[in-house]
Order: sequence, then structure tokens, then C-alpha cells
Amino acid sequence: MNNFFFELKEGMLIALRAIRSNKIRSILTMLGIVIGITSVVLMTTAISGINNAFEKGISALGSDVLYVNKRPWFQNVDWWKIRNRKNITMEDFEKFKELAKLPQAVAPVVNSNRTVKYQDRRVDGVFLTGSTADYVKTTNFTFDLGRFFTETEGKASRNVVVIGSEIAKNLFPMGNALDKEIKIGNENFKVVGVLAEQGSFILGPFNPDNQVYLPIGSVFKYFMSRWSSSITINVRATSPATVEETKAETEGVMRKVRGLKYDEDNDFAINQQEALQQNFNSVVGVIQIAGLFITGLSLFVGAIGIMNIMFVSVRERTKEIGLRKAIGAKRRTILGQFILESSAICLMGGMVGLVLAILLSMVINQFIVTSVEYGAFIIAIVVSLLTGIIAGFAPAYTAAKMDPVEALRYE
Amino acid sequence: MNIINIEHIAKIYEVGSEKVHALRDVTLKIDKNEYVAIMGPSGSGKSTLMNMLGCLDTPTSGKYDFTGSSVSEMSDNDLAKIRNKEIGFVFQTFNLLSRSDALHNVELPLIYAGIPAYERKERAETALTEVGLKDRMHHKPNELSGGQRQRVAVARALVTRPSIILADEPTGNLDSKTGEEIMILFNEIYEKGNTIILVTHEEYIAEHAARIIRLKDGLVESDKRVDNRFVPKPKATVIQ
Repeated sequence: MNNFFFELKEGMLIALRAIRSNKIRSILTMLGIVIGITSVVLMTTAISGINNAFEKGISALGSDVLYVNKRPWFQNVDWWKIRNRKNITMEDFEKFKELAKLPQAVAPVVNSNRTVKYQDRRVDGVFLTGSTADYVKTTNFTFDLGRFFTETEGKASRNVVVIGSEIAKNLFPMGNALDKEIKIGNENFKVVGVLAEQGSFILGPFNPDNQVYLPIGSVFKYFMSRWSSSITINVRATSPATVEETKAETEGVMRKVRGLKYDEDNDFAINQQEALQQNFNSVVGVIQIAGLFITGLSLFVGAIGIMNIMFVSVRERTKEIGLRKAIGAKRRTILGQFILESSAICLMGGMVGLVLAILLSMVINQFIVTSVEYGAFIIAIVVSLLTGIIAGFAPAYTAAKMDPVEALRYE
Repeated sequence: MNIINIEHIAKIYEVGSEKVHALRDVTLKIDKNEYVAIMGPSGSGKSTLMNMLGCLDTPTSGKYDFTGSSVSEMSDNDLAKIRNKEIGFVFQTFNLLSRSDALHNVELPLIYAGIPAYERKERAETALTEVGLKDRMHHKPNELSGGQRQRVAVARALVTRPSIILADEPTGNLDSKTGEEIMILFNEIYEKGNTIILVTHEEYIAEHAARIIRLKDGLVESDKRVDNRFVPKPKATVIQ
């Protein structure tokens, strides 16, 4: 073992000598690895950034919430079978609320789009969420200012609104949103609460930060017809452990509410965040595979460069190899020396690539929240070392099996 | 005591479909503290014999015992070990690492012997001092004269305290005056009790040895002790 470390250390020193004595060539070779590692690290960072954003966003939605809709979020049934389903109405919701015993909270939800204005500031296409006061209990919302609207305000369909953090930032850059009158569409609403930052960009319009929340009655009054729209019923289980139980009950209760006979299929869908997750995973999976393929390709090109240079280097140093063998270097010593040399080049390239990736991710950070994690360090080190070992092996093997007599005679 | 004991060795190379008998049947013994010159025209097999003696190559047939162990049956690794510990090579073209200074060049065999850095440095410095390069230790080969380069190579051969020093045309790339100086150095090394095997085709170089073995067509033509060997006088200016 001692011997191994001795050889490793001495091999390392010899490798560094060789690299130093051929600076320009070593640097040019390193470039391929630098590019490869930079792209690998950036790709993993970007993917984990997207994942984190999604996790964060989805946890704002709550993993123990069921969404009862007319249609499933991601259809795997033929569309004509579900296009004629009846709307889920407020009456359905009232009945459901009465019959369902397990949920911690239930709330009806409708959504619409409107422009939101305050004085001369405006945000277009804001997602409106209309619901009851219980809505907040189906979420994990936290507040920067104020509160959610009350049951009284909800039932009376008052012109009150709770705004998401992004909306607040846009309309009230100086803060102080509370009790201000904002215009939603053409109606005035009083701000009673401002949410703390909840979700993330990845959820798009579903991001709570980009929404405004108002009593469901107000939405029906001003923005959409109560009769032509189907509502979503948000059902929150008491804990993630009781989700399945709650789901079973929800299905039973909904069938009763909808008056379905035993042989009829459900004419509603119970959606879960899980579906969102699955959909997301399949999309990210494709990005991941494509990304890894492309970055893998650039790394592969870098590795070929290393291999090429190492072959040239072995050829050039044939006489040196002969001498080293003559004075006592064993095959594995020579093998180790050249593999160490290519690994050292790759490792240095990897480190430079890592630094470059960190700098670049700071730039990207301006657009997407990413951060280079510890995992990326390990990836950079392991991947560059592996590249060095794999790319260096064939040339090193050629060197190791040289006949010392032939090698010494080489001119 | 026999250091080298060769019995009926032959070496056959296959060049294409043709078989070349580089050595046909060579038997010889070399004792401790001998000074042997191996001579012969090109094609006589002296290079092959030298490679064999240096454990760089193994014979096709025959027996080769080196300090009692059988070289002909050794693995590559064992051969490397023997070369490292028991044999000091001096080549015609010096074969120094051009990017490394004299000290590192001399240290090299000690690295492969697994000797720790501080001891290596000490021993390499001693060896360089012995060959008269005390104040050239940190010069690179291209900053040294031909004679000095060969001295570095000799120091590298000496540093492991080998059983034999194997010199292949050590003066072949030097002018006659510098060559003579190197031969004086070899003489001193010999006087200190080392065993030297010199391969050359120059008569006047071979005259320095105490025994001359002549090869021809892969066979030993003659093997003679030299009674009045030419002992060069060291000049005061050579070794400072």
C-alpha cells in the first residue's frame, strides 16, 4: 500500500513535469475538456435548478390536495368520451362539502384572466382565482401583509382581493399594497392581503405569486357566467398519509353528488399534483437525455483530443520510455505514468471548466434561479478523472508494452 | 565470485519469414570487479549480447544466471527490478531527460527503486560529486558539454550501486580528448571495485579493459586477459 502511494506520488510528479514541459500543447488539449466539463456542469446545474424550482412550486400547492375537475389534467382517455361531461357547479360543491367527512378543507375554485391595474401600473393576463375563505386552508400560503378574505367577505362577494407577491411587486414597487384599491378588469377591489413569495416560475400561470384571489361570487358577478363554467373542487386531506383514503371518499361522494348509477363511469376527474409531477418528469427527462447526449458528445470530442495527444506524446517520447524501462521502470509504472498524465490534464481542465461553469451560472442566474451545487463539484472531478483514465489508457498501454531494446533504438 | 554466467545462449530474431541468428552459441563467465570489453564488427551480435547481459532481452535458448538467479526464466517485472538494482547503463547517446536537470536525471533510477525523496537527493548529489559535476547539479543537459552529459549518465549508472556497469560505446559521440576523459572516469570506477562491461568497436577504447572478448557471427572468437592494460593517467584539470 505504501508502495502504491509512493508510485502514485512519484508518477504524479513525473506527469506534472511532462505537462509543464509542454505547456501550450497541454493547454490546448485541456480546452476540449474545459468545454466538456463546463457544459456537463451547466447542464446538471440547469436541470437541478429546474427541478428545485418545480419542487418548490409544487410544495406551495400542497402534496395532500386533490383537485376535482370535470376533466383530467393530462388526458389519457379519448377526448370524445369526456367532452360532453356536465359542468361541476356550485350546487355540486355545496352537496359535496356536506357529505365529505375526511377532508381537512374543501374549496370551490374558478379561474379567469384579466388585466390588473393600479394607477398607471398594469399587469396583463393575470390569473384570477375565485374561491371561498376556506381556500387558504387548502394551501400552505404565508402572508407578507394582511390576511386572506374572511368567510363573511366571501359569502357577501365583497370587492376584496389577495394578491400574489409578483403582482404586488409590479403594482406596488414601493410596497404598501394593503387597503389600496386596484382595478381588476373594470372593477375596483380592495387589497386585504399580500402573499409572501410562494412558488416559482416553473408553474407559469399557476404560480401563486402571479395570481390574485377574490371571492368566487365576485368572479361570477363580474368576470364569468356562473352557469356556463365548471368549477374545480380543491380537497385537502388531513395529512399526506390520508390522501388515498380521502381520494376514495371523494370519488364516492362525487358519484353520489353527480347521481351516477353503479354501472356508469365517473363523469369527473380527481387530479393530483402527482400527475403534474409525472408530466413534468417526462418533459425534464427528455431535456435531460438530450442535454446529457449533447454534453456527453462534447466531452467525447475532448477525450478523443486527449487520446490523440497522448498517442503523439508516447510516440515522441519512445526513447525516454526505453530509458525509463532500462533503468528499472516496470510496465505498470509506465502505464500509471501516462494515465496519470492524461488524468492530470483532464483534472486541470475539469477544474477550469468548473470555475467557468460557476461564472456562467451566475450569468444565467439573472434569468433562471440556478446554483452550482456540491454535486456538480463531484461530477466535475469524477467525470474529468474518468475521461482522463479512459482516454489515457490506450496510449499508456502502448507505452507500457514497448520493448525497451526497440524503444532505445528509436530515433 | 561469478556475477554473470552464460551457458550456450542463442538469440534468433524473426524478420519477416527469415530467421536471423544474432547469437548462435555463446558461453562466458564474468567475475566481480572485472573490466571487460566486448568487441566485434557490426552484425557480430555484440549489441544483442549487451542487451542480454543488461537483462533488456531474454535469450531464445540457453542459460543466463545473474548473481545466481536465472534471468532466462524471469518475468518482465523481475527483469525491470534486476535492471534497476543490479545494472547501471551508460549509452552512446547519453539518453538523459532533456527537460530535467542533472540531479533529477541521476535520481531517476532511485525513484523506480522506491527510495524516499530526501535520500534520493543525497545519493544523487554524492554520485554527481564522484563524477566531478558537483557544481553542475542544476544544469539541464542542453547547458552541459558532451563530456559532462556522459558524466551525468555515469553518475546515474552508479547511483544505485549496481553489480555491473554496462557501457555501450560510451565515447562514440564524444571527441577523442573528451572520450579519453570518460575512460579515465571508468578506470577510477573500476579501481573502486566496480565491475564494468564495455561494448565498443574501437581498439584503443577496448585497450583500457583488462579482458577483451571478441565476437564474430554470433560466436565468441576470442576471450583474452590483457596483461599490460593501458591505464590512463588522470589529469589534474579533469576532475575539479
